Amino acid sequence: MSDAALRRPGALRRMLDSDLWWSFSHSPVTVASAIVALVCIGGAVLAPWIAPHNPFDLASLQLMDAFKPPAWEADGDPSYLLGTDDQGRDVLSAIMYGARVSLLVGFCAVLLSVTIGITAGLAAGYLGGTVDAVLMRIADIKLTFPTILIALLIDGVVRAALPREVHDQIALYVVIFAIGISNWPSFARTVRGSTLVERNKEYVQAARVIGISRARIMVSHVLPNVLGPVLVIATLNLGFAVLAEATLSFLGVGVPPTQPSLGTLIRIGNDFLFSGEWWITIFPGIALILLVLSVNLLGDWLRDALNPKLR
Amino acid sequence: MTVPLLEVRNLRVEFPTRRGTLVALDDVSFSIAPGEVLGVVGESGAGKSMTGAAIIGLLEPPGRIAGGQILLNGRRIDNLPYAELRRIRGREIGAIFQDPLTTLNPLYTVGRQLVETMTTHLPLNPAQARAKAIEWLELVGIPAASQRIDSYPHEFSGGMRQRVVIALALCAEPKLIVADEPTTALDVSIQAQVIALLKSLAREKGTSMMLVTHDMGVIAETADRVAVMYAGRIVEIGAVRRVVQHAAHPYSSGLMGSIPPVGRRLDRLQQIDGAMPRLSAIPRGCPYNPRCPQVFDRCRVERPELMPAEGNLAACWLYDGAPQHA
Amino acid sequence: MFAFIVNRLLQALPVMLTVSLLSFAMFAYVGDPVAIMLGQDYTIAQRDALIADLGLDQPFFVQFGKFVWNALQGEFGLSYRLSRPVAQLIVERAPATLELALCAAFLALAVGVPMGVYTGLYRHSWLSRFFLTFSLIGVSLPTFLIGILLILVFSVWLGWLPSFGRGDTVNLGWWSTGLLTWSGLKALILPSITLGLFQLTLIMRLVRAEMMEVLRTDYIKFARARGLTNRAVHFGHALKNTLVPVITITGLQLGAIIAFAIVTETVFQWPGMGLLFIQSVGVADIPVMSAYLLLIALMFVTINLIVDLLYYAVDPRLRIGRGKGAH
Repeated sequence: MSDAALRRPGALRRMLDSDLWWSFSHSPVTVASAIVALVCIGGAVLAPWIAPHNPFDLASLQLMDAFKPPAWEADGDPSYLLGTDDQGRDVLSAIMYGARVSLLVGFCAVLLSVTIGITAGLAAGYLGGTVDAVLMRIADIKLTFPTILIALLIDGVVRAALPREVHDQIALYVVIFAIGISNWPSFARTVRGSTLVERNKEYVQAARVIGISRARIMVSHVLPNVLGPVLVIATLNLGFAVLAEATLSFLGVGVPPTQPSLGTLIRIGNDFLFSGEWWITIFPGIALILLVLSVNLLGDWLRDALNPKLR
Repeated sequence: MTVPLLEVRNLRVEFPTRRGTLVALDDVSFSIAPGEVLGVVGESGAGKSMTGAAIIGLLEPPGRIAGGQILLNGRRIDNLPYAELRRIRGREIGAIFQDPLTTLNPLYTVGRQLVETMTTHLPLNPAQARAKAIEWLELVGIPAASQRIDSYPHEFSGGMRQRVVIALALCAEPKLIVADEPTTALDVSIQAQVIALLKSLAREKGTSMMLVTHDMGVIAETADRVAVMYAGRIVEIGAVRRVVQHAAHPYSSGLMGSIPPVGRRLDRLQQIDGAMPRLSAIPRGCPYNPRCPQVFDRCRVERPELMPAEGNLAACWLYDGAPQHA
Repeated sequence: MFAFIVNRLLQALPVMLTVSLLSFAMFAYVGDPVAIMLGQDYTIAQRDALIADLGLDQPFFVQFGKFVWNALQGEFGLSYRLSRPVAQLIVERAPATLELALCAAFLALAVGVPMGVYTGLYRHSWLSRFFLTFSLIGVSLPTFLIGILLILVFSVWLGWLPSFGRGDTVNLGWWSTGLLTWSGLKALILPSITLGLFQLTLIMRLVRAEMMEVLRTDYIKFARARGLTNRAVHFGHALKNTLVPVITITGLQLGAIIAFAIVTETVFQWPGMGLLFIQSVGVADIPVMSAYLLLIALMFVTINLIVDLLYYAVDPRLRIGRGKGAH
């Protein structure tokens, strides 16, 4: 439902309004961060085809190659640009595959937040009364508790309720659910506000008189209006979601080690920090920072450019 | 002829924007004599408030004075450094803003705001300032001033708050008050009281006043002279009675025509067709030409300066070289 | 004033009740506490005895009532993992977390507020631009990575500061403090920066935004028109109005600090409640998790109450309409 609305051609044309393009092309930082974000996302999505090694192909792993420093250091091996880890895995390839997992979790979590948020916002704004009060109260309570804590609790409960093997299999979905479920209130509030404004407009009343269902009017008129703010919040939330996933994985309760994300790589590398193999943890860390920073910069720019009264 | 208290010469205010520079005030000149009340009228966006803001040196960025001079007692103040201009604000030029609900800091008592204004400008210790603050509150008609001095702004009604604002503007005894739409945000029933208060205080203290409003009734009752502004320019300036009764500029006469006359029945009020041009699209020649009922070719090409007309000064080609009426 | 507090406490009640219910549901229904406590070998009789002992055969609301009653007395049962009373574990570890959180919060406020005021006042100076860039990086850096980078630089490379633990602590009654010894203070530095940095940038951005908003208001323009000094306008009129919303967010952030302490404590092996919690999540030690949840909720509610009281102190508009004029 929300997807269809997001892709409406009319809304798209408004997004590519000349002002927006002007402010984009006149902000070098924004252009740079767009490029960095594209490189990160491209590298992640295309990892199976462009990564120099396959870190999950156990046959190709050579323990002899373990702990190779980056290529430019004295003992570096040019075929391992950013060095190797304790198993002899190429750090660069691991980062590309890891970013894939991080971004997958991030996108899915934001999608979940957007879906729940828009539904709850429309429901609260449209139905009003008790539904509105209850939904917004839940949103308030939710906002009081930090994402990390909620995600940890959900993960802990699932862990306790299910046997370990099952848990490892669904861990990825648990993380997506845990992060997605914590971030919906900001979407819900924006959509609710817009719905309330729209609901009382005359054309809605008029459309109702000629027998068009109000729910349909809300969906077709409110959604395009909130597209801008939702996009801004979604972009900023993508950064937060990727960070949250990395944090959970770092704490060892995120995605399973068989599918290492950037956070997992950093956690694994952290053990070698003191023995001098800094590259195993620092490069995935830099990759994570670049990814999140560029996404956040884009979100910040988008917010200023669209200039809705957010927050 | 006395030296004018305030003299504005060829003031020009610009707003640089992405799509080019907007000229918000263009070649605005006028003066105010000691004790005189000058009314400034015009539609919203004509530049009335902007003129006031330029005089107190508080133009909203990115607006800036791009040309001309502002003189107070013969001394230029438009190019003073911020710190020196600050000493003039409040002390020599007081300001009253439009909306009393938002001009007072909600977190401080009115007494504190009065005291800090006086101690900033006058050689008073806090106790003396407090005594004077109570006097001022009494003067502007706040009942039980000695108790109300410790009240917060939200504890006063709108009219009472504007009285407090007037006290704040006058308490350092400035010689000039710039009052920007001081009654617009008030209830109609309160407006007259506040104007009367302002007028009597100004007379009593010998304070000059620049009274910005779009209410001709207020001007007619209060001002000595009036300046009519249109699209960032003064189109007519002269003695109030003269302008009200014999407006020279077609725009001013249109404006006067829209005041309902007292004691005479009228089926319909006159109205001016069209709207004031946006600052980005001011027409060539006289800015009023697209709406002017008496427009002729020259108006569309050449811009008129202020020239004697009907005993006032008007920027209109109708009076170029025309014999002066007695 | 009293009515105000009572009102706020009544508002907090449903939140606490919801959280206790959640906490209890977790305690009672997630996993099988009986199986976990009995281990591999047990007889049916032992099992029934334990069920009766734990009251698991009683109706839901009786169990819940008992749970709340016990919780009020600080009884949360035994940790599955450590077989020790949960309350005891938490009391042991609370001082470490609280000292860390307070140091981090102090750092965030003491640096974040001035930086926010500065960048709000002088929007275009190069220092402001620097602060803003710094803040954006701060928001984008995950807490654990900040910790790792700090450890790499200050512990591994420079060897100036310890990378884990609290250093030497001194016991003041049941409270163990690291604030009184040199090694304890040194151990606090890196974790406090790690934990406080994110909040610092957040507070800075918030104060800046509020400051800019307030500087645009009519009363600030009027204060300038009255010829007040910049100092009086900025730090008297503007800052005080800025503080009103800042107090709320800062209060909420204090809650976030305690939650993020989990991450920081993991990075620095800081022996606080967060580390206890994360270790419990790893092995599904439900009693510890539910007790921690309740405790955090209690802290949030308390912080919110304090925030409301501060609000009350700062904003006179709240004081009116409660039957009592100013003064």
